[in-house]
Amino acid sequence: MKEISCKLLVIGAGPGGYICAIRAGQLGVDTVIVEKAKAGGTCLNVGCIPSKALIHAADEFHKLRSAASGRSPLGLSLANPTIDLARTVAWKDGIVGRLNGGVTGLLKKAGVKAVIGVARFVDGKTVDVETETGLQRIRAEAIVIATGSAPIELSDMPFGGSIISSTEALSLKSVPASVAVIGGGYIGLELGTAFAKLGAHVTVLEAQARILPQYDADLSKPIAKRLGELGVEVFTQTVAKRLSADGKTLLAEHNGRPIEVPAEKVLVTVGRRPVTDGFGLEEIDLDRAGKFIRIDDQCRTSMRGIYAIGDVTGEPMLAHRAMAQGEMVAEIVAGNKRAWDKRCIPAVCFTDPEIVTAGLSPDEARATGIEIKVGQFPFQANGRAMTTLSEDGFVRVVARADNHLVLGIQAVGHGVSELSASFGLAIEMGARLEDIAGTIHAHPTQSEAFQEAALKALGHALHI
Amino acid sequence: MGEFVIKMPDVGEGVAEAELVEWHVKPGDPVREDMILAAVMTDKATVEIPSPVNGTVLWLGAEIGDTVAVKAPLVRIEIAGEGTEPTPVEKPEAKTEEKAAPKAEAPVATPSQPAKVEAKAETKTPAPASNGVHVAPERLEKALASPAVRLRARESGVDLRQVTGTGPAGRITHDDLDQFLARGAQPAAAPAGLARKTAVDEIKVTGLRRRIAEKMTLSTSRIPHITYVEEVDMTALEDLRTMMNRDRKPDQPKLTILPYLMRAMVRAIADLPGVNSTFDDGAGIISRHHAVHIGIATQTPAGLTVPVVRHAEARGIWDCAIELNRLAEAARTGTATRDELTGSTITISSLGALGGIVSTPVINHPEVAIVGVNKLAVRPVWDGTQFVPRKIMNLSSSFDHRVIDGWDAATFVQRVKTLLETPALIFVEA
Repeated sequence: MKEISCKLLVIGAGPGGYICAIRAGQLGVDTVIVEKAKAGGTCLNVGCIPSKALIHAADEFHKLRSAASGRSPLGLSLANPTIDLARTVAWKDGIVGRLNGGVTGLLKKAGVKAVIGVARFVDGKTVDVETETGLQRIRAEAIVIATGSAPIELSDMPFGGSIISSTEALSLKSVPASVAVIGGGYIGLELGTAFAKLGAHVTVLEAQARILPQYDADLSKPIAKRLGELGVEVFTQTVAKRLSADGKTLLAEHNGRPIEVPAEKVLVTVGRRPVTDGFGLEEIDLDRAGKFIRIDDQCRTSMRGIYAIGDVTGEPMLAHRAMAQGEMVAEIVAGNKRAWDKRCIPAVCFTDPEIVTAGLSPDEARATGIEIKVGQFPFQANGRAMTTLSEDGFVRVVARADNHLVLGIQAVGHGVSELSASFGLAIEMGARLEDIAGTIHAHPTQSEAFQEAALKALGHALHI
Repeated sequence: MGEFVIKMPDVGEGVAEAELVEWHVKPGDPVREDMILAAVMTDKATVEIPSPVNGTVLWLGAEIGDTVAVKAPLVRIEIAGEGTEPTPVEKPEAKTEEKAAPKAEAPVATPSQPAKVEAKAETKTPAPASNGVHVAPERLEKALASPAVRLRARESGVDLRQVTGTGPAGRITHDDLDQFLARGAQPAAAPAGLARKTAVDEIKVTGLRRRIAEKMTLSTSRIPHITYVEEVDMTALEDLRTMMNRDRKPDQPKLTILPYLMRAMVRAIADLPGVNSTFDDGAGIISRHHAVHIGIATQTPAGLTVPVVRHAEARGIWDCAIELNRLAEAARTGTATRDELTGSTITISSLGALGGIVSTPVINHPEVAIVGVNKLAVRPVWDGTQFVPRKIMNLSSSFDHRVIDGWDAATFVQRVKTLLETPALIFVEA
């Protein structure tokens, strides 16, 4: 058995792991990263990036179809657009491939040694990796667990055949005639919307009273409306039961009565679970927080020298959270003083329209007992939104009533994902309503709605 | 999960209580074995209290400035497994009770509040996190500062919660951090320039400062001092000292005036043993000591302490110097033990270069004499035919006039003067 030793070993080359390794390499830390598949993890290979590629393709196709229907208010018309999903997927795979190569290149540039294989803990300082060329033993002073998460499987309907997870949904060769989506959270709705735009008949089954239950009703309402326009059937308070005998229909129970949902494919998006098995974690017996690995504000686990970052450490399971944790841990391992001190982790939902949240919602803020001011500005009153047929949605700002410190910002609307940067910046910098109101926002852009929302909270919005 | 109770340890012989001067932990903090939890101060020495277990701090039994009895519960720690006490109950019965009093009360009446420096400014206080508003712990108690300021603070080891922000909504700016770093842990002052300042800093007198205050009050209220100042020509001694320092062995420390003075005092005490006494004025008993334990008043970062050179009568000049260096270092670094800080029979007070012309030393109760050393300077002295430059130093000495008459006081000082002016006498066999 070959044996190497290093200062830092990162297990998993997803966004958290590879950022951690790159930063550590930049800081001169002798670093090894282990990945069983391709660099980039869920995010790059079967998550954020490919899903956004598919969503974009679906959006473009849908625009062409709208024009072809002769109902384009822009006066566009064309005949019979078609989509070759196999080519779409090939294009998507090309992007993923380029990014894979990019990450590998960045790791190399930072002087990180990459080992391909399945890691397994021997003890708190030693990991064995099964590589193609045999067993490799790695001894490390510090180990970062960045094993990520995986889709949760339904026990009655395990993945396989027509029952697919988001991973398979991103690599279909043709557009299915019908897709039943189990789980009306953001992953199910992002993909469900894309398939609807590609021409599939999509049905969404959600167990709770409304879709996107983690968002407040004001934010999810424009999405529900748009799903209706796209012909997506939404059943709330509905529990999926099983596939019919011929495998073409999904049997479910809606408010206690049985329903049948056409389902050439059943997309199960009922959540994700941390990957804590299959790599010998039981050998080191770390403290857990529920299913997740328990960490402190420096991502330290209950064992000295072992850190955990990303989805394996809990919600929110977001790539950018993992990246920030990874960077922080690299700095800590290099001997710098760091601790988690972020004020917010913005979250984006790439539905139609998109949702962005940063910081506290009005309800969360009220729950802390603080008196708040809320300012909301609709895109209906925003010139840029009107010129892009994007009048649905709004920007909402939540601030303390006493000193106007901005506690949270939410938006729903077309293209609002790009506003997440200014939302996050405002909160991290400790902006007050006056700071946002006093910043010139370029005209005509959707970002003006952010400024107007702050003005609204101050009681003097100009365009409403 | 069990609970482990750490009680105030017996920190020294005959010590029944100690003052809590520092907490290194707060409730909710994880602690590891041997981690320092608190510092307590007895009459003079500070003792650190380590944790004997791993766990999480549940409860602290006193606030800074409280006096806690030996054996009273000090910290409760949640530990895995069986604890030392089945049920956590009430507070310790030490003198630590009334501190639940509202913080806004007049500070005079509440000696048990934590040591803190409060800026009572009339200007608007930024970031009103108080006024009854409950703020979500993790998300809002974070200091309001940009990521760049936070990073700088962390790298400089500054807890931003202690920095006063001058920006909107109490935001901490780079300038606030600069000022905080420049000033140390002081509260923010008004901006520079000529402006009226209305702030009053209230500094609670705790720990060593409180001991010093009590000691000084005791000495000056009980002891009628007589202070006697005499001029000493140190020229001969300085010549000798220069020579001895030049020829000293590598393991010998550099000699200052103090070891000579100590030896001279030992010789003078042999002639006038009354000055090397302690006076128990309650019992009406003077204890005349045969041992000469000389306290050396020493300035430390925390304040005045008096390490004691024991048995100066049995130490040669070099031995005195070695012991003096060792104790001064221990006192300055706060590592001096209680025994090293108590038991003196007579004291020397020396401010070195800051010694001035005359001082009025305060006797270290219950002693009866203290010798103050003033600054040594070259002065013109009339030798009968001309002015000659001589190295002159004053000694300002105070005596307890209840038990030392002026005549005896003067005789003692004159004896010391003679010994210092003719240093050979110090080394002559008695």
